[in-house]
Amino acid sequence: MARITAGVGSSHVPLLGVAHDQGKERDDYFGPIFAGYDWTREWEKQEKPDVVILVYNDHASAFDMKFIPTFAIGCGERYAPADEGWGPRKVPDVIGHPDLAWHIAQSLILDEFDMTIINEMDVDHGLTVPLSMMFGTCEQWPTTVIPLAVNVVTYPPPSGNRCWALGEAIARAVESFPQDLNVQIWGTGGMSHQLQGARAGLINPEWDNRFLDLLEANDDAVRHIPHIEYLRETGSEGIEMVMWLIMRGALGQRVKTLHRHYHVPCSNTAIGHIVLAPD
Amino acid sequence: MTHTDIHAYLAEFEDIPGTRVFTAKRARQGYHLNQFAMSLMKPENRERFKADERAYLDEWAISEEAKLAVLARDYNALLDMGGNIYFLSKLFSTDGIAFAEAVSTMTDMSWPEYRQMMLDGGRSPEGVRSIREGR
Repeated sequence: MARITAGVGSSHVPLLGVAHDQGKERDDYFGPIFAGYDWTREWEKQEKPDVVILVYNDHASAFDMKFIPTFAIGCGERYAPADEGWGPRKVPDVIGHPDLAWHIAQSLILDEFDMTIINEMDVDHGLTVPLSMMFGTCEQWPTTVIPLAVNVVTYPPPSGNRCWALGEAIARAVESFPQDLNVQIWGTGGMSHQLQGARAGLINPEWDNRFLDLLEANDDAVRHIPHIEYLRETGSEGIEMVMWLIMRGALGQRVKTLHRHYHVPCSNTAIGHIVLAPD
Repeated sequence: MTHTDIHAYLAEFEDIPGTRVFTAKRARQGYHLNQFAMSLMKPENRERFKADERAYLDEWAISEEAKLAVLARDYNALLDMGGNIYFLSKLFSTDGIAFAEAVSTMTDMSWPEYRQMMLDGGRSPEGVRSIREGR
């Protein structure tokens, strides 16, 4: 039987990919950020997940304004890194897990989550930066990946409550897959950042850390935070944090914290990272 | 689940200072502007745009006002006309400038001042959460 063994939360700032690709991980600016991922890189070498369900958002790379799926699941065989205007990142193609992905897609739809199915797309920094943060430099990524793209660009994005419930449904779907697989679920994006307008550069460490506390708690209070609170307190792009709730919802009510890291700044953004396991 | 009133939900966004939330209204208004920006994902389009920006813009169903704002790289004006930051970022990368530098042009700070603010911990949320409540 497949099982979800851990959840990982992480920012996915594009500049982290640049720092990694240009060998700047240990310089004065990026050193304190990457130091907070050293523990996770060692842990992932022990854990050896077979599949990562990677919750992220596309930043006008695979999706433009023509189609705006709220929740979309990648059922393809492989995904190439997207050209985001600077040329594609020189990182390996992402290998999918179509058997499990289609199983989850079908299960979710029967469970009344009306997913969009993706067979072909390129994946942008939202997906490849977390892979670099957790696995470092690789010839091939050490795991297969099921991309799960969430619309957090055009309003309204899904509610935190809906994201949590989707996570619960993903966990049920994984548990009903007959093959023995070690599955992790990652929620990415955030933490506080605003990339637009006169209020750009907003950072709220107190709120971000309270959010991390709520993720660690053995209850589901965090699912009820309304969109307006993310926007007011953490900046317009802080809304990405609803994606972490899909990860958290998939772990069940009780969790234990394995690792936690927070750093300001990376470009315009607060970096947050947490590793949780079902308890 | 509790029912959310769409009108109240949208009205609250207008109470956040210095922020344009990318609502359906803005998405409709800025559709062609954003699709123009998206076209710059392709290297051949970037080259054509750089060769003659005005001629490239004239291929799109964009208002004259928006075309001028693109030519001037006036990002606040483009946000007002329904531009979305992730789409407009294709213009940053076409220009070869860092995301944060382009973002700084939307504030009242120079790029070095903005960068220093971020190094010092970013902009505090104090006083910029709500216009109505002044907090």
